[in-house]
Amino acid sequence: MTSNTKIELVCPAGSLPALKTAVDHGADCVYLGFKDATNARNFTGLNFDAKAMTEGVRYAHDRKRKVLVALNTYPQAGNWSGWTAAVDRAADLGIDAIIVADPGLMAYAQKKHPQLRLHLSVQGSATTYEAINFYAERFGVQRAVLPRVLSLPQVQHVIANTQVEIEVFGFGGLCVMVEGRCALSAYATGESPNCNGACSPGKHVRWEQTPKGMETRLNGILIDRFDDGERAGYPTLCKGRFDVNGETYYAIEEPTSLNTLELLPELARAGVRAIKIEGRQRSPAYVAQVTKVWREAIDKVMRDADGFKVQPAWIAELDKVSEGRSHTLGAYYRPWK
Amino acid sequence: MKIALGPLLYYWSRQQTLDFYAQVAESPADIVYLGETVCSRRHELRAEDWLEVAAMLKAAGKEAVLSSQSLIESESDLKALRRVVAQDEFRVEANDMSAVQLLTKAGRRDWIAGPTLNIFNPQTLSMLAEAGATRWMAPPEMSGAVLAELLASGAPAIETEVLAWGRLPLAHSARCFTARHYNLQKDTCEFRCLGMKDGLVLRTREGEAFLTLNGVQTQSARVHNLLGDLPKLRETAQVLRVSPQGDDTVRVLELFRDAVAGKLSPQDAFGQSKALMVEAPCNGFWHGRPGVEQYVSA
Repeated sequence: MTSNTKIELVCPAGSLPALKTAVDHGADCVYLGFKDATNARNFTGLNFDAKAMTEGVRYAHDRKRKVLVALNTYPQAGNWSGWTAAVDRAADLGIDAIIVADPGLMAYAQKKHPQLRLHLSVQGSATTYEAINFYAERFGVQRAVLPRVLSLPQVQHVIANTQVEIEVFGFGGLCVMVEGRCALSAYATGESPNCNGACSPGKHVRWEQTPKGMETRLNGILIDRFDDGERAGYPTLCKGRFDVNGETYYAIEEPTSLNTLELLPELARAGVRAIKIEGRQRSPAYVAQVTKVWREAIDKVMRDADGFKVQPAWIAELDKVSEGRSHTLGAYYRPWK
Repeated sequence: MKIALGPLLYYWSRQQTLDFYAQVAESPADIVYLGETVCSRRHELRAEDWLEVAAMLKAAGKEAVLSSQSLIESESDLKALRRVVAQDEFRVEANDMSAVQLLTKAGRRDWIAGPTLNIFNPQTLSMLAEAGATRWMAPPEMSGAVLAELLASGAPAIETEVLAWGRLPLAHSARCFTARHYNLQKDTCEFRCLGMKDGLVLRTREGEAFLTLNGVQTQSARVHNLLGDLPKLRETAQVLRVSPQGDDTVRVLELFRDAVAGKLSPQDAFGQSKALMVEAPCNGFWHGRPGVEQYVSA
């Protein structure tokens, strides 16, 4: 692989304005979901009905950009038809690929819409070329999104051993756990990313000013407590402060965002085919800022990977919209593990 | 109804582990899942040691199964997996699609689809049954009602297993949270989890036991306990899984045997089990509620 392999910039769209913003600022692809539990960002006020999606697809396609539809939660016997209907709807709208996690749903899509391109969602938890090749051989999956658990050499090794295109996360909220295999939210709230498309959902969140400080709770469980001078963050379960052996700290992960800008030349050399930006739940302003920086960076790498330098202005722009105003390389950088 | 002992999720010393399985050989468990499923750095028992334990249990009349690692990151992880698949004396529990891929390529038609494969509907289960799975374990977050609906909706006729006892395996990460607690990196972790017989308890800032850190795995602090739910369990599951804990695992297996055989009522079995739990009980997942809850039907 050479650094000339084109890297697609895949940007989040939680709404029609966000979609247009992403396209206007240089996204090659936008990904989005329907207004229901068929996708992993099932939040109130977010996502697309059929009308908005039709308009979004037209807007993107007029400008030669692709639309990917996330159908990446796990349907069950009682709601199966809701997911297959969503696959049909997406196919009818002429979208460019669906992003799927459930093998049963892949089999359905392959049979019913053989021309429809399938991407393996990060929720499919495929961390090896053997797993990815399983999905390719069985269902004709053409691209896989890697969970945020592999180091850079491990990503390179996967790419070297599969024909399937590899997409990796470049920026945004950081899942510390293997995606698709995290039941922490289900344990605390009864709602999980796998089945409900939601993690630490807002309706279970309580903010309460107490004499001890601002307390954030998830279904009554204390996730963190903030002193007056501290900025109180959203109580995502894995990013709270807890007590282990008498020591109180961020026992799982700090509130921080993933940012792999500095790895871009190496990702390009490894043959990564697409970079995904997380954040369908974020505002169009976030989408604009992040898309703009990454468009510029990817263009620079495509022109001259060896001469690529991360510009301080990029990092400053990205940190403004990062969780906890800070960033990490996550598992790409081995010591993080 | 069969009783299974799940893989040992904690890291105990070699002698503790061997002593434990010597007791298990005398226990009422029908099926014993073996092998290191959590972290590839753990090596008190090597692959050949696990095979010896499996042979010993087989001689004691148990069905011994080799469980594969849940999170596979490296080529050396894959190499270990290939060894597990290459032996054909024991069945294999596939805990990742990598294992499913290797098992199907090897033409195996006798494997178990493990709890981390995310089998949520009969379509996925049928696909895996066609690929050679002859037993499957429901994801722990699946409720009894959803499981019953799955089984009534054209599911293949293979054995269904349900987690019935133990701290819930909630998540896996590339990061080791035990090493993090000691300000160490995973690659130089000094094996700090060794000998923590029930992992490391994580409490909220109000002191409530919430989760358990077990290396790269995060478990519930509470003990998922379905002894009181046995009547409903019988309608769906053919195999009940008990997850090993630091003490009294054999006692727990005996309680399940007596409850399944009807020697003890579900209420009495649940009552007696209280002395065997390291934390409060929970059963919310089975009832379609937050897993942390202890739900008592009216």
